[in-house]
Amino acid sequence: MKTPGKALLSVKGLTKDFGGIRAVDSFSFDVHEGSITGIIGPNGAGKTTVFNLVTGIYRPTAGSIFFEGEEMAGLRPDKIVRKGIARTFQNIRLFNRRTCLDNVLTPLLQRERCSFTGALFGTPGARRLERELHGRAIELLSALGLGKYASWQANTLPYGLQRKLEIARALATEPKLLLLDEPAAGMNPEETRALADLVAEVRWKFNVTMLLIEHHMDLVMKICTPIVVMNFGALLAAGTPDEVRENPEVVAAYLGKGKKTNECTSG
Amino acid sequence: MDYILSIIILACINMIAVLGLSIFTGFTGLFSLGHAAFVGVGAYTSAILTYYYYVPFPLALAAGAAAAGLVSLIIGIPTLRAKLRSDYFAIAILGFGEALRVVLENLEITNGARGLPGIDNFTTFPIVLACLALGVFFARNFLRSRWGAACIAIREDPIAAEMAGVRLFRTRLLSLVVSAVYCGLSGGLLAHFLSFIQPVMFTLVQSTQLLAAVIAGGMGSLSGPLIASFVFIGLPEALRVAQMWRLVAYGLLLVLIMVYRPQGLMGYSELSSFFKRKSNPGGRVQP
Repeated sequence: MKTPGKALLSVKGLTKDFGGIRAVDSFSFDVHEGSITGIIGPNGAGKTTVFNLVTGIYRPTAGSIFFEGEEMAGLRPDKIVRKGIARTFQNIRLFNRRTCLDNVLTPLLQRERCSFTGALFGTPGARRLERELHGRAIELLSALGLGKYASWQANTLPYGLQRKLEIARALATEPKLLLLDEPAAGMNPEETRALADLVAEVRWKFNVTMLLIEHHMDLVMKICTPIVVMNFGALLAAGTPDEVRENPEVVAAYLGKGKKTNECTSG
Repeated sequence: MDYILSIIILACINMIAVLGLSIFTGFTGLFSLGHAAFVGVGAYTSAILTYYYYVPFPLALAAGAAAAGLVSLIIGIPTLRAKLRSDYFAIAILGFGEALRVVLENLEITNGARGLPGIDNFTTFPIVLACLALGVFFARNFLRSRWGAACIAIREDPIAAEMAGVRLFRTRLLSLVVSAVYCGLSGGLLAHFLSFIQPVMFTLVQSTQLLAAVIAGGMGSLSGPLIASFVFIGLPEALRVAQMWRLVAYGLLLVLIMVYRPQGLMGYSELSSFFKRKSNPGGRVQP
């Protein structure tokens, strides 16, 4: 594994309140260029909220998000996408009634500067651009093994392929940082293994840094380094898979306090 | 023959407005109960221009369409910026449409509630047909473009659309303006066909009829709403012999469509898709 470069994403003191509830509590962490960083933590720890803050869907109550040294907090989601952060969603959010091709074509089109009147009149230039992007979309779909499903409506795809299509759509924005929110949710062990290979392949092929939330520990331990552990909205631990596995606080957060179980068995 | 032709012309004029609303409601996913007001703005602007100022008809038509587009900004900017949910937006624009009608009723130049009589009869069948054909052509190109893709993405999932790089506010506003321009054009044609316009011709009832055509025709289809709009104009006329029952039949038809085809006549596909791509298992677009 290549040595981690400089921090691509640097989150400092990130805080988010929903009414009286502090979902994220002065949370800080770095994602180094070229790494596959994992965020783990019990349910409700605030992992997805961190994703929503980084991608601009929520505004942070306090704290900063630096991406390539630039402050992202408070920017609109589409601006942040243009800066090079893309994501997938925990509960798949595809453009359901569009074809797989259209799902990937949409972000590709948004990147282009094209003339409105040219598009309205269907000028040769506009058509050429359309064909070119069409080709790029097919390439992207094929890269994720979805080539033959290009004309399928997105919500008719099997579940696992819908997850892949979401990754393809995110890659179409040409991100530098890709956030995957529980990519293996609902997958069986075999599919999870295939996903691990896919994630590694995507990172290599598209030269993209990854940050992923995952509950499948074997997947996280296999492909992620470093791993960041969250609990009650705050940072609990961070380090290599082995460091995290050995950390007594992490074990306690997941399995409960060892002491109490001892008392129970002895009493 | 003249009678049938005039029904066809009226249907085509209505289809232009429905085309616009289809872009906004069917493809961008925002409901509107006020689009008749934009038809009214187009009708009054173009009629006043030819009636008082002897502006050439094509220019007046364009001005009517442009005026409707500008007026739509007044309601669009505050409501769409606030990211009102679809149903709230429908109510907001309903209020706006009614307010606009009251303005038309109280202005000197519009001749108030009595309406403008004696507008020149410039609208002919070839002109209407040409406008409709151009309308379909532009609408199809729009929906294929970057902006159309953005509109449909917003309809499908606004958050995912933003994460695909879509500018939510701008795209929704653009869709509103485009739809208002279609309605304005339709209004200009209407004024110069009927040669008489009155504020009560542009009320909630008309807005509802436009929306009904889009929903019954199929959200996310251009051909569906066009067919529905043609049927909705044609059927009450064809049933004139049945006197009062004709409006019952109209209502019944709406209920039947919604019960048996909740996705609308065409659902999310176009008429043309039935003729091509027959051998494509996943390609058939389902609701």
